[in-house]
Amino acid sequence: MEEPNLKYIKELSGDDIEFEQKFISILKDEFPMERATYKEHIDSKNMNEAADVVHKLKHKFNILSMEEAYRFAVQFEEQLRAGKTDMDSDFRITLTQIDNFLKTI
Amino acid sequence: MTCIIVDDEATARAIVGKHCSAVADLDVVGEFDNAIDAIKFLNQQDVDVVFLDIHMPGFSGVDFVQTLKNCPKVVLTTSDTEFAIAAYEYEAIVDYMVKPLTADRFQKSIQKVKSALKKQPDSVPSLNTNVGTGAQAEQDLYINIDKRLIKLHFNEILVVKAQGDYIDITTENKEYRVHTTLKKVKDKLPEKIFLQIHRSYIINFSKIIDIEDNSVLIKKMVIPISRSNRPELMRRLNLV
Repeated sequence: MEEPNLKYIKELSGDDIEFEQKFISILKDEFPMERATYKEHIDSKNMNEAADVVHKLKHKFNILSMEEAYRFAVQFEEQLRAGKTDMDSDFRITLTQIDNFLKTI
Repeated sequence: MTCIIVDDEATARAIVGKHCSAVADLDVVGEFDNAIDAIKFLNQQDVDVVFLDIHMPGFSGVDFVQTLKNCPKVVLTTSDTEFAIAAYEYEAIVDYMVKPLTADRFQKSIQKVKSALKKQPDSVPSLNTNVGTGAQAEQDLYINIDKRLIKLHFNEILVVKAQGDYIDITTENKEYRVHTTLKKVKDKLPEKIFLQIHRSYIINFSKIIDIEDNSVLIKKMVIPISRSNRPELMRRLNLV
């Protein structure tokens, strides 16, 4: 299973440690909010709204260099727009994985 | 060059901002997490380029480009490659970057923006009228309701009424209350279709059912005609 990492963020930041820290802080703030919003929409069966959040979350997967998770999210976003939630449980595993990773950095 | 960044994700704005900081002659003069605030800003201040997320809730990047009459150059930033072809139908859109943005790709985009700015005459329409959307935009009015820009086609507007600091726009199917003045909305409406017949009323001339004494009937609404506006109304009537 692929692991989230800081490769992209390090490349983006270069020698700018201050930016790197600030960016990670933004990510740590934004990700849990989007994760919570995603859960709310799934629980309320608001599929289009859930798809909108998956759209944002998939960008986070890219930022954390998770290409497989990104491709999965692209499919899931389409599924949600078609009203299907079959991929929800696997998607949540990725969210938990990222949540755990963000607690370590 | 000046630019603004429009994206509902803070991480995405930070990434674009970081890339912008590496361009010596580029100043970020504003960051917005929604399109409506960005449009308000652009109505007050000119910029050279907008880095714009195409996928934002309620108001897409394409809506954004269509809404602005004098749209600056736009670079779309998005995860949705399927929008690319549609995006290039608009003259204002000079590039399309797929997230996550890299430094090399961003630099290429800046070169495209600079080339486009060099080619740009003083006044260029923001939309490519060849695709038909430019003419369409001239027939619409956008109103701001709860941070959403709602498009009203001129033909569906029946009556505009002043209500203190607000106006009430009555359409065929719905009524909208907008925080603006009758004077401001009058300036946005084409004179061929609309006519002010009272201090507090602008009507769609083509929707008149009949005129009786000092009032006009539109649908089921009886609209007063003021003495000062009556001559212009009578002049416009095709009387037998």
